[in-house]
Amino acid sequence: MNINTDIAKTYIFAGKKQTAVAGMGVLLGMAIYIFMNCLMLALDRSSTSVIFKNNAHIRVYKEDKMSKPLVNDSTAKYLIINPKVLPKSNTIINPNQVTETILKNKNVTVVTPQVNSSVFYNNGKSQISGIAVGVKPAEANAMYNINSTIVSGDFKSLTSNPNGIVIGVGISTKMNLVVGNNLNLTSAKGVNRTFKVVGIFRSNVRTLDDSKSYINLASAQQLQKEGALYITDITVNIKNPDDAKAVGDEISQVTGYKAESWQEANNSMVTGNKMRNIVGSLVSSLILLVAGFGIYNILNMTVSQKINDIAILKAMGFRGKDVVRIFVTQALAVGILGVIGGVLLATVLISVLQHVYVGGDIGYFPIEFDGSRFLRGIFFGLIITFFAGYFPARKAAKVDPVEIFRK
Amino acid sequence: MKSILKTQLVNKFFHDPNEFHVLKDISIEVDKGELVTLVGKSGCGKSTLLYILSTMDRDYKGDLYLDNELMTHKSIDELAAIRNEKIGFVFQFHYLLQEFSCLKNVMIPALRLGKLSPQEIEAKAYERLKTLGLADQALKNASKLSGGQQQRVAIARALINDPLIIMGDEPTGNLDSKNTAIVFEIFKDLAHNAGQTIIAVTHDEDFAQKSDRIIEMKDGMII
Repeated sequence: MNINTDIAKTYIFAGKKQTAVAGMGVLLGMAIYIFMNCLMLALDRSSTSVIFKNNAHIRVYKEDKMSKPLVNDSTAKYLIINPKVLPKSNTIINPNQVTETILKNKNVTVVTPQVNSSVFYNNGKSQISGIAVGVKPAEANAMYNINSTIVSGDFKSLTSNPNGIVIGVGISTKMNLVVGNNLNLTSAKGVNRTFKVVGIFRSNVRTLDDSKSYINLASAQQLQKEGALYITDITVNIKNPDDAKAVGDEISQVTGYKAESWQEANNSMVTGNKMRNIVGSLVSSLILLVAGFGIYNILNMTVSQKINDIAILKAMGFRGKDVVRIFVTQALAVGILGVIGGVLLATVLISVLQHVYVGGDIGYFPIEFDGSRFLRGIFFGLIITFFAGYFPARKAAKVDPVEIFRK
Repeated sequence: MKSILKTQLVNKFFHDPNEFHVLKDISIEVDKGELVTLVGKSGCGKSTLLYILSTMDRDYKGDLYLDNELMTHKSIDELAAIRNEKIGFVFQFHYLLQEFSCLKNVMIPALRLGKLSPQEIEAKAYERLKTLGLADQALKNASKLSGGQQQRVAIARALINDPLIIMGDEPTGNLDSKNTAIVFEIFKDLAHNAGQTIIAVTHDEDFAQKSDRIIEMKDGMII
């Protein structure tokens, strides 16, 4: 063993209590850092997964535009106009071709047309307002993974049953419906149709479960009194949801329709996530930094206590960098112990909390193991301990032996 | 006789708090195998001179030669390496590393030098301790020993790298007369029988009188 390491080791064992206290600081800081980062990651995923139960990554639709003044020339006299929303119809023209155009984009995985219609669900005297979404069942399932949320019946039977409807669990409870019952829908256009319940889903998002239902695209078009080419929305899923904005812009340019990313559609939620991440990262990093100060303090004390040792070592021919190594080795040893302990503690915390049921929309406590967060924690932990050791060590290296011997 | 240590017109100033001329044109020469003592009243500059001779103090004017090699203007790291190999130190307050065993204390300078294997160094350190009558204390913690014993461990440590010179700053200053006699005997034996050069600052009249040569200083000058 190198003599510098040897001396560092002796100092560590001579001050077991101090070492333990400093190590404990790093351990806790480390565990909290990893824990919080894994929590933030899982919270992000769980909140986006709530979004994706109801939203595609990108929604393409025709944006309402206001009519423009007829005269734009500044020299001309003003014309009194009455601005109105244009166009009157919000249908996408030639939806098949638009779909094909969108599919040419390499990032796109699923494209499916959709018709949303506001409806009243009627059963006997009770009436609930909601939204019936007309979809192509297979494609919609690929997009929202509806099948996994079905609690009764079958989503696929929507394909074979043109009058079928899949309702949220809230509607089924309120209207006392089970699979096989009939349900009457009244659309905003005044069309009345009776559907047969073929499935019930539970998305765990209260507002969806209480109001949403899926029907066939053709049925939705009928509720709107429109033909087979009436499509209000084309929904698009892409490979990486984080790219939705960029891909949306591309689609918008190619098709000429508004392509809205899920981030834009859920702006407040995305902003909330961002804020939570900023605060979380800041707090967890600061906790780790505080642990670094613990090491810094204790090492500073050691340097002051061992100032005679340092002087004699330097007199005997230890160079400044040898002294730096002695103390940095101590800091790193404490840091490594703390990091190992912290990783273990974080692992225990995460695996226990993963099995804690908190209920609500969330279900189990949202936390997951993430290798990159662990690695980042280890990396920062070691960097911080290194510097926490380096500054006192540099001070020690600058000790002038003559000054000490004169005292 | 071969000259080991030589200074030419060494001058030193203290700047803090006031400008003060501590050493004035010091030119001395020490030969191999000499036991030299530096004496003088407190504040005459003898310790200051010793620290310059030891290469630890680089802030002086003039030239210092160790083993006919100019030390002045060498870098801190170069000087550290030279001290490690060529100079052994014995201080008034023995300055052993308290957490280490006596044996380890003796071994440290040799481990730093790294010329021998740790096993060889251990054997050599043990040999040194034995010569100084400390064989049975070798594995004890340094803090457990008496002052006289600690000073002998410090001497063993100073000897471990077979240095050209041993420098002592009041090496007996903290010892009773019995231990002073023991330490002096060790120094005398090293100088006369092993050809070891020794320079010691001392207040001890008796110790100085018995040495080969006395360099007396007054007000920063040699008289």
